Amino acid sequence: MGTVAAHGLRKSFGKVQALDGVTLDVPDGSFFVVLGPSGAGKTTTLRAIAGLEKLDAGSVRLDGRDATGDSPAARDLAMVFQSYALYPRHTVYENIASPLRARRSSASEIASAVERMSNLLHIERLLQRRPAQLSGGEMQRVALARALVRRPRAFLMDEPLTNLDLKLRVEMRTELTRIHRSLGATFVYVTNDQVEALSMADQVAILKEGKVQQVGTPTEVYERPANQWVAGFVGSPPISLLACRAEGDRLVGAGGWTLPRPRWTTAEDGRALLLGLRAEDLSVEQRGDASLSGELYGLEPLGDRTVVDVRVGTEILKVKARPTVTGTPGEQLHVSVDLGRAHLFDAGTGLSLSEAGR
Amino acid sequence: MAVSVDEAVSTGSARDHTPPARRLGGRGRSVLEVALLTVLAVVMLFPVLWMIETSIKENRDVYAIPAKFFDFTITLDHYKDVFVAPDGGRSALSVSFLNSVVVAGVSTVLATVLGVPAAWAYSRFAVKAKKDQLFFILSTRFMPPVVVVIPIFLMYRQVGLIDNKLGLILIYAAFNVPFTIWMMKGFVDEVPAEYEDAAMLDGYTRLQAFRRFTLPLLVPGIAATAVFALIFSWNEFVFATFLTSSDSVRTAPPAIAGLIGGTTTDWGLVAASSVVFALPVLVFAYLVRKHLIAGVTLGAVRR
Ligand SMILES: Nc1ncnc2c1ncn2[C@@H]1O[C@H](COP(=O)(O)OP(=O)(O)O)[C@@H](O)[C@H]1O
Ligand SMILES: [Mg+2]
Repeated sequence: MGTVAAHGLRKSFGKVQALDGVTLDVPDGSFFVVLGPSGAGKTTTLRAIAGLEKLDAGSVRLDGRDATGDSPAARDLAMVFQSYALYPRHTVYENIASPLRARRSSASEIASAVERMSNLLHIERLLQRRPAQLSGGEMQRVALARALVRRPRAFLMDEPLTNLDLKLRVEMRTELTRIHRSLGATFVYVTNDQVEALSMADQVAILKEGKVQQVGTPTEVYERPANQWVAGFVGSPPISLLACRAEGDRLVGAGGWTLPRPRWTTAEDGRALLLGLRAEDLSVEQRGDASLSGELYGLEPLGDRTVVDVRVGTEILKVKARPTVTGTPGEQLHVSVDLGRAHLFDAGTGLSLSEAGR
Repeated sequence: MAVSVDEAVSTGSARDHTPPARRLGGRGRSVLEVALLTVLAVVMLFPVLWMIETSIKENRDVYAIPAKFFDFTITLDHYKDVFVAPDGGRSALSVSFLNSVVVAGVSTVLATVLGVPAAWAYSRFAVKAKKDQLFFILSTRFMPPVVVVIPIFLMYRQVGLIDNKLGLILIYAAFNVPFTIWMMKGFVDEVPAEYEDAAMLDGYTRLQAFRRFTLPLLVPGIAATAVFALIFSWNEFVFATFLTSSDSVRTAPPAIAGLIGGTTTDWGLVAASSVVFALPVLVFAYLVRKHLIAGVTLGAVRR
């Protein structure tokens, strides 16, 4: 068992409201990612679950039992800190052994567990070194090993891959997913990297300014963002948002363009809206029944694809195209739009209007 | 005394700095600099030198006019007199040195044992009105001892702590605790709280986390702080003079001062006991000089 349930967490630091009613339900055995920009309250959320932060309000339940007042030790969790927090005076071996020592395992158990962990994370050579003699990637592995050496209720990980270079980060992503699957344990994993979140998570909670914006599977948050902010935060290149209004059976843009109004939207005529279009739902190469005209603004070749910036009125649309696409800035273009996959948001509240009719 | 400690500190720190040759654009020290430093050194060191000379001169050389700088007879009689009474037993001065060791040592240990956990608590926990509390704690040091010695004398008389080593130990500890809290809070602030957080998740209690993971990192800071506290207690004169009277309780500073006056003053004995008094602190400061530098350059602690 390893369910983690945080309900209505509130925490302020002086004037800063770090957590403003955060509620998360982490099912047993899931890889649960908390995604948000820096300062969103991700670390504070994890520390609250771990019992390191005294809450202003809210409760933490572990395996269904109220643990709000429990000491960190009693909660039976393991955590990888954003700063790693490796003990500077202790060797790598002693660092990894620490959770077992604290819980009075026998010397032989400790030795075999540390060996198992150092094989798993390829740090056998480092066991007698001290943290100051390690590179960032090595420290990060040691921090992971210290967390994974025990079988706690759940693992809490605070941006464990952020400080690694890209190649190592991608490798470790796969590695961590593999470890998660082989352990079958509950992971609460914090990151500010949406690629990491989408590629690793069973479920993602998106956090902004101490509030949960949306919880769902990676597909759900990508395909059906709850609001304009989530739509903009998840996805690369970012979603293009065009200001418009509904008028009868048409959407009329601020720059004068019109598109057929999607059947599923509930917005009444005249309400200020934002039309959200993802790069892969737009095309400059095919002709569709709905299209926008604009001029080529710039090309961004990314190897496997090229992102074409198209200016429509005063706004820029990001369009995904094949890497072979060419063009000169200023050239007139038609962008075909897959309206079935478009998103509509209320320009005032930012909330999605797409759910109802789909 | 304070001068000697400063010297111990600066001698130590000079070694860690850039060599003098590079400091002045490769030309070495200028003539003027050397001259000024020499004058300063002579002014500072002459009394110390004279004290040492006097302590090893025969009495007739001590009182010789004009004063003898070089051609005097060396004797260790004065040092013998510091420790051995004329009747062959222990001298009153040697008892007072022992008292000083006990009073300074115990009061320093007490101040450290009380001050370090307090500093940790002030650093780690959200304490109500923390700044006001810390200011209040520091403000107890604003009063010079002479100002508070009369009220303390009266209070001590009520509770029977006059002419009592415990009385001195308590007052010295009370004076050193605020200093210890302030010094140590700086050192604790330097140690990331996350080591303790990690230890608590490992399964240790908060106090175990402090003792096993933070305390070892504080040792240099504790050493520096304790040396300063020790020097304060060792040198303290006002309280010792007012609150003690008998030879068996008195500490060295009033005992040495008591040698001066009367019809004749045995300057050789005064000088020898002053040297003996100065030595332990010099030796101690020398031994922990690295930590002392860490202490005076707060914030430069290695993690
Ligand atoms: N100990 C603290 N003291 C004061 N402010 C804090 C503290 N910890 C976090 N905060 C503030 O709370 C907000 C959320 O912080 P954090 O949880 O660390 O965000 P994240 O991990 O998502 O980057 C930030 O504005 C941060 O400045
Ligand atoms: Mg963080």
